[in-house]
Amino acid sequence: MLAPSIKSRPVYPGFALVQGAQRHIVALEGEGALALLELVQPGDPELARVEIMYAPGTSAAAGHAEALTNLGAAHYWQAVSPATLTTRLHQVLATATMSSRLYASGSEPFIGEVVRAGAAFGVKHLSIITEHRGSMKRRVQCVHCKGFIDDVTISPVPCTHCGLHLFVRDHFSRRFNAFQGVSIHAEEHDVIPSAEELYR
Amino acid sequence: MTSTGTSAINTEMHVRVADITPVAAAIKRFTLVRTDGEPLPVFAPGAHVVVSMVDGGRLRRNPYSLMSSPTDTSKYEISVLRVDQSRGGSAFLHEQLQVGDALTISQPLNLFPIDNWGRRHLLVAGGVGITPFLPMMETMNAEGRPFELYYSIRSRPHGAYWSWLADRYGSRVKLAVDDEGDRVDYRALLINQPLGTHLYVCGPRPMLDHVLSVARGLGWPDENIHFELFLAPPPGVPFTVSLAKSQLEIAVEEHQSLLEAIEAAGVDAPYLCRGGACGQCETVVVHADGELLHNDHFLTDDEKTSGTKIMPCVSRFVGAGLTLDL
Repeated sequence: MLAPSIKSRPVYPGFALVQGAQRHIVALEGEGALALLELVQPGDPELARVEIMYAPGTSAAAGHAEALTNLGAAHYWQAVSPATLTTRLHQVLATATMSSRLYASGSEPFIGEVVRAGAAFGVKHLSIITEHRGSMKRRVQCVHCKGFIDDVTISPVPCTHCGLHLFVRDHFSRRFNAFQGVSIHAEEHDVIPSAEELYR
Repeated sequence: MTSTGTSAINTEMHVRVADITPVAAAIKRFTLVRTDGEPLPVFAPGAHVVVSMVDGGRLRRNPYSLMSSPTDTSKYEISVLRVDQSRGGSAFLHEQLQVGDALTISQPLNLFPIDNWGRRHLLVAGGVGITPFLPMMETMNAEGRPFELYYSIRSRPHGAYWSWLADRYGSRVKLAVDDEGDRVDYRALLINQPLGTHLYVCGPRPMLDHVLSVARGLGWPDENIHFELFLAPPPGVPFTVSLAKSQLEIAVEEHQSLLEAIEAAGVDAPYLCRGGACGQCETVVVHADGELLHNDHFLTDDEKTSGTKIMPCVSRFVGAGLTLDL
């Protein structure tokens, strides 16, 4: 599902701690906790350089927060929402140095927000270590009215702003952190293909 | 003069040497203007040209970084170090080339561009490796991009442009003079650079290898590390090479590169930098009964040990027989 159908479609190669980095700033959302939990065990000396920022989201009941706390990383901080996390991440990056590396795991919209936060500080997306976990939901931009629709799991999806039915493309904007949705009935307004759940 | 290998259209430019100025103990600056009086192309800072010269009946093509103002289309300037064990190029330019002589140069090519994503630019130069940084600094200064230059030279008489640079850019230029005991502590320098800093390194190979290994050892991402190193093709034991497609067998002399021998035989092989950096001349090895002497820094270690590829601009061969897919 995450195979790149076109060049702009992001790929997420998976977690590995960068050797030599003085600081690992690890931003996690929901099931993204597992990307770190499956990579390091408590007692790993590298954890002395790991700083965890976690937004449990819909995985609050899964107990990942406790498992992350028990890792014994240099720092653990829990956010009430992914948006709170990215706000805090901006403050962390403002004073970070080049020997720090940034990591992101969770849903695609979350990873995209971390990539956007990094970009604001000159961090290139290819140097952010990413792993997709959890929902396949997408953030979509209507190319016609420019409105954004969050948590999209179906295609075509009705635009919540202008009402057009949008075919969700793999064409991704890193700047907007959104897949592009284009009208699926531009020529035949009455014909609307039924929506399929594509991105559970 | 043979045509360039990469294109059916010869885009080389004929130039005349307008000025030769010694700028340091073994470094001269050459000013080149077009023979036909037309303007030279504007180039991006970091670009180089390949200079073709006929030295003792043999065609030499060496890459040199452009160091003049990128927007000055009336002339190009290059600075050349007279290499002790020169196989021709730098000795020819220093000792035989005169003002008024003709040369042929390629279009400018940039393998060492400024990364405009950078929020800060850290330039590390050693010796004549200063040259690509001159237009870079001019451009970054004009555009208001923060930069710092760490420039190591053997001695003040051996260093080019340091005094001019210090006058022009003030505290943004940090000079380290080897014979005065100065050493740059690259670990201390690289460990605390703010996020979004880009590193650019150009200088002798030991310095370059050291700086790159310190940066990578501190977790710097490859996206933020840039370097340029043009290697001179090292001399070596003469050998014979078979070209499968051209059905030719040619001899490579001691002071001739594999690429030069291929060109001398009239075969149009691709190239750009001629210094083991760009990858354009990558050639498939059909058969090798012996050892490939990889001197480039383009192929990965895995590719080098696989024995299936060679960069003819700087690499050689020792053994019973080599066949290339050319």
